[in-house]
Amino acid sequence: MEYANLRRQAASLKRSLFDQVEDLQDEASPNFAEEVVSLFFKDSARLVANIEQAMEKYPGDFNRWDAHMQQLKGSCFSIGASKMNNECTSFRNSCGQENAEGCRKSFQKVKREHAILRQKLESYFQLLRQAGPARTATRSGGK
Amino acid sequence: MTVVDAESRFHVLAVDDSIIDRKLIEMLLKTSSYQVTTVDSGSKALEVLGLREEGDDSSPSSSSSSPDHQEVGVNLIITDYCMPGMTGYDLLRRVKGSSSLKDIPVVIMSSENVPARINRCLEDGAEEFFLKPVKLADMKKLKSHLVRRKQPQLQPQEKPLPQQQKPEPLPQQQKPEPVPQEQKPDQASQQPAEDAPTPEVVAVSECSKKRKAAAIEPEVLSSPVTTNPRLPSSGLAVET
Repeated sequence: MEYANLRRQAASLKRSLFDQVEDLQDEASPNFAEEVVSLFFKDSARLVANIEQAMEKYPGDFNRWDAHMQQLKGSCFSIGASKMNNECTSFRNSCGQENAEGCRKSFQKVKREHAILRQKLESYFQLLRQAGPARTATRSGGK
Repeated sequence: MTVVDAESRFHVLAVDDSIIDRKLIEMLLKTSSYQVTTVDSGSKALEVLGLREEGDDSSPSSSSSSPDHQEVGVNLIITDYCMPGMTGYDLLRRVKGSSSLKDIPVVIMSSENVPARINRCLEDGAEEFFLKPVKLADMKKLKSHLVRRKQPQLQPQEKPLPQQQKPEPLPQQQKPEPVPQEQKPDQASQQPAEDAPTPEVVAVSECSKKRKAAAIEPEVLSSPVTTNPRLPSSGLAVET
């Protein structure tokens, strides 16, 4: 049951995230999607930490907070992480309104969506490995 | 010298502060058979191009990298718009303001669809403006800007200037709407154009400020992404 659920999630994730990335993957490197995703998580973890730090060290510096979040939002946007992207937008809106509490709440949501996304993507790639033959002509097994 | 060889690959310089976007654009370009160099800032781009950040390209001996940008062989620059420090627009201005670089086609990318911004970039010399996420299909649009330069004799309206620096900019674009474009029409009070030593957040705020300012400007374009009808004036240093 859980497998089917994951499969469903993976399918919708695939649709939302990977149409373009997998175009590239088919043409070039077979691991491109996973590379991009892995890069995304490394980079976004760094950006989240930057935001966290900025909020602690520079209370009320909404421009700074916003600028950091803009970078994170950009990454989310590029990879198609729309839920996370939406929370980033909320955060930025709160910055625009100089609403620190709003920022904090949004930031919690950003982090939560980030964690969910990571889990989904890890499941997705796991699924890919398990379902290997269905995707490629040859049985490539695990990667 | 411009050896026009259909088989030699064009060299594209991609500029983006986001590592994800760099990876994506690199793959897009490589998939489209371009040679790619990626950098994470406008100032690094200028280094690659052989231009010091202070903007002095008239003394070749003082340049740290190759004095002649043609040796580096960049055929096209594709840059993100919003970057800390030097924005893509700033980079565009620098390139177009440089006698040695101004003929290199510049394409701007942005995740924000802001007609005033797009129009300003096109007015100030960008060949194209791509909305992110950039797609493989967008890469096809690059070819025309490059091929055009490789074969200047095919274009009747071209001025017969092979490789020389034109003294004056091209007033060839016909923009139907009178866009009140200045350098930076927005109230971006912080201008980190050339001397932003810290890759800090200041200029990025400028991008978001621009966004807010632009939001209240009237829509001046019917379609957000247009190809600049302006043709290049002289042969580009197409170098491979």
